[in-house]
Amino acid sequence: MAARRRLPFWAEYLLLPLLNLSLAFLVSGLVVLLLGENPIEAVRLLVYGAFGFGEAVGYTLFYATNFIFTGLAVAVAFHAGLFNIGGEGQAALGGLGVALAALWFGHLHPLLAIPIAMLGAALFGGIWGFIPGWLQARRGSHTVITTIMLNFVAASIMTYLLVNVIIKPGQSAPETVTFAENVWLPQLHQLLQPLGFAIGRSPLNLAFPIALLCALLVWIYVWKLRLGYELRVVGRSEAAALYAGISPAAHIMLVMTISGALAGLMALNEVLGAQHRLVLGFTGGYGFVGIAVALMGRNHPIGVVLAALLFGALYQGGAELAFDMPRINRDMIVVIQGLVILFAGALEHMFRPTLEALFVRTRPVPV
Amino acid sequence: MEAGAATAGGARPPAVELRGISKSFGPVQANREVDLAVAAGSIHGIVGENGAGKSTLMNILYGFYQPDAGRILVDGRERRIRSPLDAIRAGIGMVHQHFMLVEPFTVLENLLLGAEGGFTLEAGIARARREIEAIERDYGLEVDLDAVVKDLPVGVQQRVEILKALFRGAHILVLDEPTGVLTPQEADHLFRILRNLRDQGRTVILITHKLREIMAVTDRVSVMRGGRMVAHRRTADTSTEELAELMVGRKVLLRVEKGPARPGDPVLEVTDLEVRDDFGVPRVRDVSFTVRAGEIVGIAGVAGNGQSELLEALAGIRPVARGRVLLGGRPLGDAAEARTRRLGHVPEDRLRMGLVRSFAAWENAILGYQRQSAYTRGGFLRRRRVIASCGDWMERYDVRPRDPFLHAADFSGGNQQKLVLARELEHDPDLLLVGQPTRGVDIGAIEFIHRQLVAMRDAGKAILLVSVELEEVMSLADRILVMFDGRIMGEMAGAEGEERRLGLLMAGVAAEER
Repeated sequence: MAARRRLPFWAEYLLLPLLNLSLAFLVSGLVVLLLGENPIEAVRLLVYGAFGFGEAVGYTLFYATNFIFTGLAVAVAFHAGLFNIGGEGQAALGGLGVALAALWFGHLHPLLAIPIAMLGAALFGGIWGFIPGWLQARRGSHTVITTIMLNFVAASIMTYLLVNVIIKPGQSAPETVTFAENVWLPQLHQLLQPLGFAIGRSPLNLAFPIALLCALLVWIYVWKLRLGYELRVVGRSEAAALYAGISPAAHIMLVMTISGALAGLMALNEVLGAQHRLVLGFTGGYGFVGIAVALMGRNHPIGVVLAALLFGALYQGGAELAFDMPRINRDMIVVIQGLVILFAGALEHMFRPTLEALFVRTRPVPV
Repeated sequence: MEAGAATAGGARPPAVELRGISKSFGPVQANREVDLAVAAGSIHGIVGENGAGKSTLMNILYGFYQPDAGRILVDGRERRIRSPLDAIRAGIGMVHQHFMLVEPFTVLENLLLGAEGGFTLEAGIARARREIEAIERDYGLEVDLDAVVKDLPVGVQQRVEILKALFRGAHILVLDEPTGVLTPQEADHLFRILRNLRDQGRTVILITHKLREIMAVTDRVSVMRGGRMVAHRRTADTSTEELAELMVGRKVLLRVEKGPARPGDPVLEVTDLEVRDDFGVPRVRDVSFTVRAGEIVGIAGVAGNGQSELLEALAGIRPVARGRVLLGGRPLGDAAEARTRRLGHVPEDRLRMGLVRSFAAWENAILGYQRQSAYTRGGFLRRRRVIASCGDWMERYDVRPRDPFLHAADFSGGNQQKLVLARELEHDPDLLLVGQPTRGVDIGAIEFIHRQLVAMRDAGKAILLVSVELEEVMSLADRILVMFDGRIMGEMAGAEGEERRLGLLMAGVAAEER
């Protein structure tokens, strides 16, 4: 009956998120105003804090790297119609994989030690994604439930191991010894210095280009490979998949493994790139924010990278803002982030009908 | 013209009069300045192809949609109908294609819904029972009021819907494609009820795409095409040929032209097949038959008698619980293997199974064939090549609009079906399974699809056709098998297909019982 309307590409992927974002900032501005601070000044501080100087950009990109990994993890599973809420646990297990690899093989040459550590992150995260995938495919247990529960299991395992097994001897903080320097991911300011680029000191490291590479690989997987085609058939219509001789179970297990591996790779950035030891709770909620990143990025790798940049900027700029405006504390920043998630993620359909109606009126009638 | 004549005909004003009704959904004009006058105490048919705007018009009358322009008069008085409740108050009742009944409730409980009256049920129930029994007697609508709805056959469920409308005081009854789910005998029973209603002064509006029904039961008929009302006729003064031409806008061939079949070797051999549904209930029992190269075997039956499960099992989608299926002499594998062995499948429900709605046409063009080296190299989809093939097929099968990038959901039903047919036929199958090939497809496309199937048969392919449209099976199939309750009740040659005998078999009356 009524023709299904769709927005042009740029409106769908740029205009709509921008509208949502503006509204989020507008409401945030009102909150800032209520607190008795100048919202315009707050925005200036936030933007300056995120992009104003070398170190700031470095930190923004460092945080964004975490979000790219966890955002991609959610996005890729989404194409099979699965909602992977388990990024937090998968990242934690990825950290365990990294740490074990670094502790055992850290003395090897960096060209050997670092790939082994990467493999450890992907493998452990992947296993933690495969379990709910298997449960969904073979037992029909919903991934939303199982991935949430596995987050708790992961947290318990990590606590147990870090308190009782791999803790640095002779101390009480739940963390491992510092890894051998061979396995540290080079930080970009060190890499670029010999080339004559002086960027500020920040923990931004090799994990950032690896994250971008992963985004590219996800794009190829989902849109260029036959496997991705089949994956999307499974996600859109299980009946059509069965009709086409595609096994939904196999694809669900495969994509959940890939999803978990992507989340696990987040540990590269935090553990191998910045902290150089495994610290309890290093995942810091990045796994959960990845859901918002994927939502905002429309589950498209480019969108995920852009949304990750935004969240990275909010993290970094927000910290600076809290430092400069005493009445806006750390919790306020979380409120602003929450508003962005609310408007860009949960309420993303708010403007859609109006916008679509607008486009329909100005577009020639399709025959 | 005719509309005006209807008004002048009797002393009573028209039961329903629509003047200049227009309605659009975004860019689509579903109704354009539609005029309609339905004489009180008559059966009035509205015919048109899918998408002609019949359902929109009736949904406006019933208050589901608000018209952009135009007026509605009921019994000569102008009415504003903003919701179904307004329609019911104006005396309009509607029987939908898909019944709106609460299945675990009894008939009486269903009839009371929305008319409970009072805080406790008891007093209302006794009164309602008397009223309903009176209506049943008046119109010959026998239904056991204490039966649970889900145990009743569909034909009886439909009577419950009619009863519900009458109980709520409807004197104008709108029926939307009422015979789609009925056997010919049940349909005849329905028509008797409708005539009864008319004879007692009620007005019936019948929406259908089956011209045979229009000729059988209506007094007047209005034809819609492209959102406009294109003609009003007295049924006695018109013919199916004229109505078909009015619906499509050009001459159409209603009969399928085909020569005698020249059957060859068996392609599909089914022996003692049992298939179960998702809950483990056997849906196909002890079914055996053979389909040979160069013939069309039709499976007739009322929807829900195991045809769907049979088709899915033969396509390798649903497991075979017992029995044997041979494709070209070898056991059938899973769906992926079946395709490599030249099995084509046009599924019954193209939007659920045969297409992915949100995929572009080109992505749908290889659904099921995506592993073939023509479309995949080194794991990568050969996108440009697929788009080119899709464009070719769209041209050859006249899929409109000819845009490989348009999403499947944005094509009309007929064009979606042509897209599926193109995909399955272009991969040159030895055996083609076809389910409801023309469901929700307009007449022009039906003609095309039927021609394609016959051409394929003449090229020496085996075709198994499942359809609930009796006329379709009778005109296409060389042999007809009738399914009832999972079993094959009988077989007859397509040419001798006598509708009454078919109907009895469809209702489960085996040859020896008669």
